[in-house]
Amino acid sequence: MVHNPEELTSPLVVTHAEENRQRPMPQETVKPGKRPPKGLQQVPKPKLVARNLDFYYGKFHALQQIDLQVQENGITALIGPSGCGKSTLLRCFNRIYNLYPDQRATGEVLFDGRNILGPREDLNLLRARIGMVFQKPTPFPMSIYDNIAFGVKLYERLGRSEMDQRVEWALRKAALWEETKDKLRQTGTQLSGGQQQRLCIARAIAVKPEVILLDEPCSALDPISTLKVEELITELKQDYTIVIVTHNMQQAARVSDYTAFMYLGRLIEFNDTDTIFTNPAVRETEDYITGRFG
Amino acid sequence: MSGRYTRRRIANGAALALSVALTGFALFFLGWILFILVEKGFRYVNLALFTQSTPGAGIDGGGLANAMVGSLLITGLGIVVGAPIGVLAATWLAEFGARRRLTSIVRFINDVLLSAPSIVIGVFVYGIVVAPMGHFSAWAGATGLAIIALPVVVRTTDNMLQLVPDQLREAAVALGAPRWRVTVSIVYRASISGIITGILLAIARIIGEAAPLLFTSLGNQFFSLNPGHPIAALPQVLFNFAMGPYSNWHHLAWAGALISTLFVLALMVAARLFSGRKR
Repeated sequence: MVHNPEELTSPLVVTHAEENRQRPMPQETVKPGKRPPKGLQQVPKPKLVARNLDFYYGKFHALQQIDLQVQENGITALIGPSGCGKSTLLRCFNRIYNLYPDQRATGEVLFDGRNILGPREDLNLLRARIGMVFQKPTPFPMSIYDNIAFGVKLYERLGRSEMDQRVEWALRKAALWEETKDKLRQTGTQLSGGQQQRLCIARAIAVKPEVILLDEPCSALDPISTLKVEELITELKQDYTIVIVTHNMQQAARVSDYTAFMYLGRLIEFNDTDTIFTNPAVRETEDYITGRFG
Repeated sequence: MSGRYTRRRIANGAALALSVALTGFALFFLGWILFILVEKGFRYVNLALFTQSTPGAGIDGGGLANAMVGSLLITGLGIVVGAPIGVLAATWLAEFGARRRLTSIVRFINDVLLSAPSIVIGVFVYGIVVAPMGHFSAWAGATGLAIIALPVVVRTTDNMLQLVPDQLREAAVALGAPRWRVTVSIVYRASISGIITGILLAIARIIGEAAPLLFTSLGNQFFSLNPGHPIAALPQVLFNFAMGPYSNWHHLAWAGALISTLFVLALMVAARLFSGRKR
């Protein structure tokens, strides 16, 4: 492995004595200008492409010059320590950040080749095509059935039996049908945490998006629920493009095809998952996946 | 170390005893008020109280039927006007008021209105409704009560909407739902019991108001359902009868005080039940 001097002096290279100490965001050490990520630059069929993407929370520069390609019908994992910007990057893909007036992104995010960061973008339609599941389960305060029908009704006019079929289809996809088929009229908030999260996944699938963004979908779940959700994610890959943010490196290794390692608002390395986990090109990536920091 | 621990335990015990004692002190007066109302008023509660109108000066018998109906009418009109405006204003504050500076100004003004003396609101409504119309009316009374109810509803609804976690809004928006849809179908639904509680509290607040009615609905000795005319209201009748020289009026005032207190109590209990209800 060859390291250029910049990498050697980067804040990532820490001694063992330092690593347990709380390190402040060393913003001043982040060099201005572009530093292309190591590894793969191009995937065979990109569905989403971030190009020169910068993101700001007010004055805080959270993402810097992100270039990333998301493979169609693949699973791309975003890994990195807390605060590295992986959730922020995910939130650029459906522009959910637009809910908050002090957040803004510059650069380009291409969805099927079209930049979605433009001011004329119809955000509701965009979000119907790019679904999202959040860290904490967020069942709506309504029945299990209505939780799923809510999103479907926004863009489709389905008859009674068609809607029933769609709800069943989504619940089956999310491996929740057997547990809920007799209590579809109960409120979604009565389900267990793992069931609630699968309900949220079913809800996202039900509107038949092209891309599903998963923001640490298993962090609030027990191991059995996690396993179910992971199996589900793997199965969904056939029909959907999936981007998953995860803190759990084993999870990234298990489910994803491509992995992007982020640190301090930058994309450090991107490659197919096997390469990232067995032969990373950058020292920081290796340190992170071997648990030496973060 | 153990000396400090002992001291801390003593301080803890003393603070706890003091707060229990002060709670008992506050509850004592509440109990006293209820006790006196029952003691003095209960014996005058009878069927006539609910069926007959207020008696004239020096006349025996009679009831408070016109005042009760009048109270319900102007309170109902007031809340029908005040509650929707309040809920919509709070919706703007909590959901759409992205311009932080303006929302904080509106919240501040709302708090000022919340603590405005109700007699001032009565005089204000006299100026904008009674004087141009040329006479007192139930409309004017309802306007006054609506202005009093408004800030209560705004405050409680605003608080309730802010309690709805942003994740829930994000989850709905992420499905492609437009903002108004998220507000109506998700945020309102998540906070409906709190909003209704706020409206019940606003009703409890305005149904006991006498001061703003003196300048607006004035009072009426006879039964009336016409909002264009002056109308009797329970608190205002209590005020007049309690100040009057006739013992029959005093008896009716005691009975009316008991009835209106029980009514407000019932509203409060209903509000508690609503807010405690599991979604």
